[in-house]
Amino acid sequence: MTTLAVTPRLPAVLSVARVRAGIEVRQFLRERDAVVFVLIYPVMMLVIFATVFGKSPIALPGGAGTVGFAQYFLPGMIATGAVLSSFQSLAVTIAVERDDGTLKRLRATPAPAAAYFLGKVAQVVTVTVTQIVLLLAVAHFVYDVALPTSADRWATFAWVLLLGTAAGAVCGVGFSSVPRSGRSAAAVVTPVVLVLQFISGVFFQVDQLPSWLRQVGEVFPLAWLAHGMRSVFLPDDARALEPSGSWQHGLTAVVLGAWLVAGLVLGLRTFRWRRRDDG
Amino acid sequence: MTTTIPVPAGTRAAESTAAVRVRGLRKRYGTHQALDGLDLDIERGEVFAILGPNGAGKTTTVEILEGFRSRDGGQVRVLGEDPALAGRAWRARLGVVLQDSRDLSEVTVGEIVRATAAYYPAPRDPHEVIDAVGLAAKARTRVRALSGGQRRRLDVALGIVGRPELLFLDEPTTGFDPEARHQFWDLVRSLRDGGTTIVLTTHYLDEAAALADRAAVVRDGKVVALGTPETLGGEAARTPVVRWTDSRGTHAERTTEPTAMVARLMATAAGPDGEVPGLSVTRPSLEDVYLGLINPEEKR
Ligand SMILES: Nc1ncnc2c1ncn2[C@@H]1O[C@H](COP(=O)(O)OP(=O)(O)O)[C@@H](O)[C@H]1O
Ligand SMILES: [Mg+2]
Repeated sequence: MTTLAVTPRLPAVLSVARVRAGIEVRQFLRERDAVVFVLIYPVMMLVIFATVFGKSPIALPGGAGTVGFAQYFLPGMIATGAVLSSFQSLAVTIAVERDDGTLKRLRATPAPAAAYFLGKVAQVVTVTVTQIVLLLAVAHFVYDVALPTSADRWATFAWVLLLGTAAGAVCGVGFSSVPRSGRSAAAVVTPVVLVLQFISGVFFQVDQLPSWLRQVGEVFPLAWLAHGMRSVFLPDDARALEPSGSWQHGLTAVVLGAWLVAGLVLGLRTFRWRRRDDG
Repeated sequence: MTTTIPVPAGTRAAESTAAVRVRGLRKRYGTHQALDGLDLDIERGEVFAILGPNGAGKTTTVEILEGFRSRDGGQVRVLGEDPALAGRAWRARLGVVLQDSRDLSEVTVGEIVRATAAYYPAPRDPHEVIDAVGLAAKARTRVRALSGGQRRRLDVALGIVGRPELLFLDEPTTGFDPEARHQFWDLVRSLRDGGTTIVLTTHYLDEAAALADRAAVVRDGKVVALGTPETLGGEAARTPVVRWTDSRGTHAERTTEPTAMVARLMATAAGPDGEVPGLSVTRPSLEDVYLGLINPEEKR
């Protein structure tokens, strides 16, 4: 039987994705917890630490001068921000959305899955970019941190940030299946990120951590994100403060890339539109 | 026993055009058999109620029809497709109002209705939809700030904005006050008049009676009665009941000849004053019939 083919075409993925992006960004900005603990937190930490420790510059080994505290602290906060706005933000919000029925409601419509994820990508990009602009502005204008001037360094900045944020995002999607309910999501995800912050050397000089703890930290992307960002914002002589004595760009790309692939595979395989107990 | 009332002649349609066709649907949760061989035929253009007490299997049934839950056995066709395998184009023809929703708190009514319209190939005008569900004054309000009834009407707005051929409403009016319920019923009727096929679950008999062209009463995962709401349970269930009391307790007996029975009781069960204690003759109301269908063990 031939039915009259008057059925209009389904909207294109990208046009639905644009609509989702609008909803996602608005939802994020209207959620005060998210704005404070994801967007503002790294700026807050920068201000607090730079205010408390700002008078004690860090001496570079071999008499190669000093680095101001804020300058040393900034790369860690950029790395932290990227992990918060990708991993933590997605792990918590997707867990909540799975629990409260957002995902199920969306699944009942013809909106394609890709549009949902592209909406999330747009939200993560918006938040990350805003956050980094804030961090750089505060560091530069309030604490006189000199920003890199070479295109080389900005290129490193771009690929480390992109790879790190992408890895964080896909791992966040995967991790969103871990909390057993939406209410417990923040309580499950936040400590993971907090512990990572401590063992990845974003709060202290990396060489102050016991080496076994540092090695545990180096399994995870945050340590490499921070390492990569230090290579952007610190003078080249600061290499000597790193345990390996070098910037290890190749290894950074490999570790972040491996997490990106692993997170993507795991995230796609474990993603569910509904709660575990929902029939 | 299942009582079958034929579909009114005007709406009787060939099998291929049925909106929903279910045969022998089975679903088990752990050791609990939630659906135990359920059959349904829902025609295009009708309002069909799935009526039953909590736990009867209504939500399990509609969520299988919507493609959310898997089934253990049976055949299911919804708009000609198997919901377990159907894709985006099929979902574009459905409207789904789930039993509960707690999401969307930070967006406004207008934002989410407009966004949802953009998921569909031929949506209704979001403004008109918001108007139709009576939320025009709340279009700029965040969903978080809506009352329970307003939130439910938003759910319906989101369910119909895609101009569905088939709309599922899972307990749409639970928690409504009587006025809100009547307004909601009017909305459902206007959708039906516009040609939408509507499948509605409810545990309110009056809701099924007010809205449904046909209803299926579901108990323990099976259809125990099917027909227009007024004829549910069949003639037998409307047989008058004579009740009386004697030294052994209270009795209730169904009879098609209540007068003869009362005469007999006057001779055998009347007290010294000539009265039969606790005597009554009642013709079961729709409510009684329904309660009898869902609690068959209880004597009434
Ligand atoms: N996800 C589930 N896991 C386990 N048991 C369930 C689940 N959903 C429903 N049930 C059980 O299946 C039966 C039917 O439930 P449901 O379809 O929700 O009934 P209704 O919607 O008619 O109230 C109930 O006994 C309920 O406890
Ligand atoms: Mg239910």
